[in-house]
Amino acid sequence: MTSSITTEQIFQLLSGIPDPEIPVINIIELGILRDVKWDGETCTVVITPTYSGCPAMKVIEDDIRIKLKEVGIEKVKVDLVYTPAWTTDWINDEAKEKLRAYGIAPPEHSSVDKGLLTGKVRHLKCPQCSSENVSMISQFGSTACKALYRCNDCREPFDYFKCI
Amino acid sequence: MTIQEAKFQYLLRLGDSSLIIGHRLSEWCGSGPILEEDIALINIALDFVGNATAILGYAATVEGNGRTEDDLAFLRGEREFRNLLITEQPNGDYAATITRQFLYDVYTYYLYEALKSSKDETIAALAEKSHKEITYHLRHTTEWMYRLGDGTAESHERMQNAMNDLWMFTGEMFDMDEVDAILIKEGIAPDLNTIKEKWEAHVKPVIAEATLQVPSYNFKQKGSREGKHSEHLGFLLAEMQSVHRSFPGAKW
Repeated sequence: MTSSITTEQIFQLLSGIPDPEIPVINIIELGILRDVKWDGETCTVVITPTYSGCPAMKVIEDDIRIKLKEVGIEKVKVDLVYTPAWTTDWINDEAKEKLRAYGIAPPEHSSVDKGLLTGKVRHLKCPQCSSENVSMISQFGSTACKALYRCNDCREPFDYFKCI
Repeated sequence: MTIQEAKFQYLLRLGDSSLIIGHRLSEWCGSGPILEEDIALINIALDFVGNATAILGYAATVEGNGRTEDDLAFLRGEREFRNLLITEQPNGDYAATITRQFLYDVYTYYLYEALKSSKDETIAALAEKSHKEITYHLRHTTEWMYRLGDGTAESHERMQNAMNDLWMFTGEMFDMDEVDAILIKEGIAPDLNTIKEKWEAHVKPVIAEATLQVPSYNFKQKGSREGKHSEHLGFLLAEMQSVHRSFPGAKW
């Protein structure tokens, strides 16, 4: 009975779940939701964490169960996978624009950046005034996935979504 | 020793080191020298504890006795822990915390880089995940090595004292035994001699640029492979395990 709901429909349904820390983008846009499959009567949802210790994963798992229960899917298995390792490269341009509009500077470069270790300067733009005259306050911001910056022109502090 | 037993031991070494150093860092919560550093250390602590959860969870699966990662973290005694001695050393002042983290971060940077090509798929996946995070940890501690080592006379002195105190714990990071031999043969774990070369080539120039000296003594403390720890681990476990032991099986 429940298996008349296709995996495409479930994807559509789960796109209504926002990231608990960044509610302007959903778990598909962020690349956390990896797969949905039917195994008999059981719906298996595969998710991957952004960071090893991301405390949002439990909330996301609960949200998935609630969402599926609403459409009558009771048997749900949520699998947490670590491979392929999550990367900011999975965030598409549309989602990046949503981040920017929300006040978070989106990840600018590929995660495969050797300059990371040496702290090479990147060309970030202030999400408020688009100035490139910005400076890093701290590599670690309000959550593990963000760094804290300040715009030297408009003086607004802002979060930067780190490339990983 | 079977491959399964060796793998379980090896995972305890990795997972316990992450758990204990993560717990140590979490002790800074609310008392960091500045707000940004408080937040940074707690973010790093979270990475370590997350890594420990995954690795100890896998260790429990490999063991196959029905234990969970929580059982391993909260219901083992001091002599059953296999974390490196450096990870349990007290936070001390900020110089001691930074020096401890730096020496350990360089180690994990090269160790997890090598583990990315482990023939055990789960270990390789977890290593790939963690290595990205470790890259940020190392960048953070390296900056503080320069800032404090090559800072004021007092910060320099504190850093040198920390280096003198902690250097003796770096030797056992590269000790190998039967566990390593079995897993190296299977392509699951790297030869730590190769990690040691990379570690030394990385650590020494940073210490020099931070205007610090590598201590001249040759003594190296060891013991964690056999569960012989410094006196600090018992106190740490007493605190970390107190809630779980007071309310066995509690869920929240």
